[in-house]
Amino acid sequence: MNLENRYDFVLIFDVKDGNPNGDPDAGNLPRVDTETGQGLVTDVSIKRKVRNFVGLVKEEQPPYEIYIKEKAVLNLQHERAYIGIGAEEELKSDKKRKGKAESVEKARQWMCQNFFDVRTFGAVMSTGVNCGQVRGPVQLTFSRSVDPIVASEHSITRMAVATEAEAEKQDGDNRTMGRKHTVPYGLYVAHGFISVHLANQTGFSETDLELLWQSLTNMFEHDRSAARGEMATRGLYVFKHDSKLGNAPAHSLFDRINPHLKDDVTVPRTFKDYQVDIDETDMPNGVTLNKIVG
Amino acid sequence: MTKQYCLEVSGDFACFTRLEMKVERVSYDVITPSAARAVFEAILWKPAIRWQIHKIEVLKPIRWINLRRNEVGQVISTRNVQTAMKNGHGNLALNIEDERQQRAGLFLRDVKYRLHASFELQNDSQHIHRYPHLNANSDGDGSENNLIKFQRMFERRASKGQCFNQPYLGCREFSADFRLLKPKDDPANLPEELAGERDLGWMLYDLDYSNAADPSPRFFQAKMNDGVIIVPDWNSDEVRG
Repeated sequence: MNLENRYDFVLIFDVKDGNPNGDPDAGNLPRVDTETGQGLVTDVSIKRKVRNFVGLVKEEQPPYEIYIKEKAVLNLQHERAYIGIGAEEELKSDKKRKGKAESVEKARQWMCQNFFDVRTFGAVMSTGVNCGQVRGPVQLTFSRSVDPIVASEHSITRMAVATEAEAEKQDGDNRTMGRKHTVPYGLYVAHGFISVHLANQTGFSETDLELLWQSLTNMFEHDRSAARGEMATRGLYVFKHDSKLGNAPAHSLFDRINPHLKDDVTVPRTFKDYQVDIDETDMPNGVTLNKIVG
Repeated sequence: MTKQYCLEVSGDFACFTRLEMKVERVSYDVITPSAARAVFEAILWKPAIRWQIHKIEVLKPIRWINLRRNEVGQVISTRNVQTAMKNGHGNLALNIEDERQQRAGLFLRDVKYRLHASFELQNDSQHIHRYPHLNANSDGDGSENNLIKFQRMFERRASKGQCFNQPYLGCREFSADFRLLKPKDDPANLPEELAGERDLGWMLYDLDYSNAADPSPRFFQAKMNDGVIIVPDWNSDEVRG
């Protein structure tokens, strides 16, 4: 079913004793906005987790295939059969051989139909024509922590070495040291936008939308690792406009969700140290707030 | 001259990538007319109208942030897709580990601008041949393209915060808040650091799409006076290819 409403959403998640998103420029330290000390998580990091989640629950089958894969999660190398929606017949009957641009357009639509990430986030196809791309309806911003974070560095030891040469050097002591970085606690906020018009161009449907909410709610549950610590979605607040173009500016809606440190807390270490104030007074006409999480 | 509109846009980050440094992205100091046009087009655009940026007011000091991300260095191959379409099966996927590129970006942070623009209707002959499907339902005389109608549409959308897609500042992850201002709103509070004259050098104006298969960039010499950049007309001598 086609999307009929514009959506803007606020995603709140936290991390405890983990590294939510390492900075390749800073030896994998958690990303920090150096001027404010706030922690950052990039948009692509969240999108990666959405892809992984969808890949997991839909088992990589069309129409929920994932184009951009991460080996760690999926190593399904078997070939998939595609439900070549209309494609097969059209390609066969297409004896007149229409212009090149048209067949590229068909390929693009076919990708949208079969791949969840292509129709959600968009993709670029190699066509030579400058508009050979899919603009996805879902747009995400960088997540930013509510308060400044501190990154702690921990030295850790390993009771084994990788090579024999190393073992000889240590006379059989066989120890190596490593480092890991964690954020003791951080509450992060991301903003997201869903454009109906772009959704209708890629075929992103109501069912896909449900899957997106599900993945934003549960993505951290399937992304456990030594580096991440404990991460969880703490809030998913969805503003639904009753029209396609929307009924209110997105920023005015986002301002209604206000997570802040409780008065008597100076150093946050759990989600309980925070309070999320939600201002539902005088909601703009035609906008409803759906608290999917929180 | 047609009616001028003023949008105040702001965001946490922005990246108006310099053409000459797009592998490791480096932003221009301020928003380009091209990115400003895209902000207006995210609110209202039809093949029949063309936005022209007149003035950019910079309301916040120019600040930078450096960020490195893991990116993918490949695009989807149309040919492979077509083969899989035909066969009904195939192995279409891309392992990010194999195609990984780490790219740093020098982005702007905490930006706020006032963008002044107007639009005019294009002669039918300039757009109908490019977008024939969009004109399929018209009676052929182009009468549905009415300047006043589009102006009202834009005013209605912008004042309610409506948009086709959320406008962004250079890249889609840097979304922009926007507000329609009345043209006579007070002059902006100028940050001290921006006082005086500053030469921003040759800056991208926009891409020339008259040959859609090979758009070519055009540049102008951007001068900022007390935070204000006057953008020359697209067809003026100051804009060079």
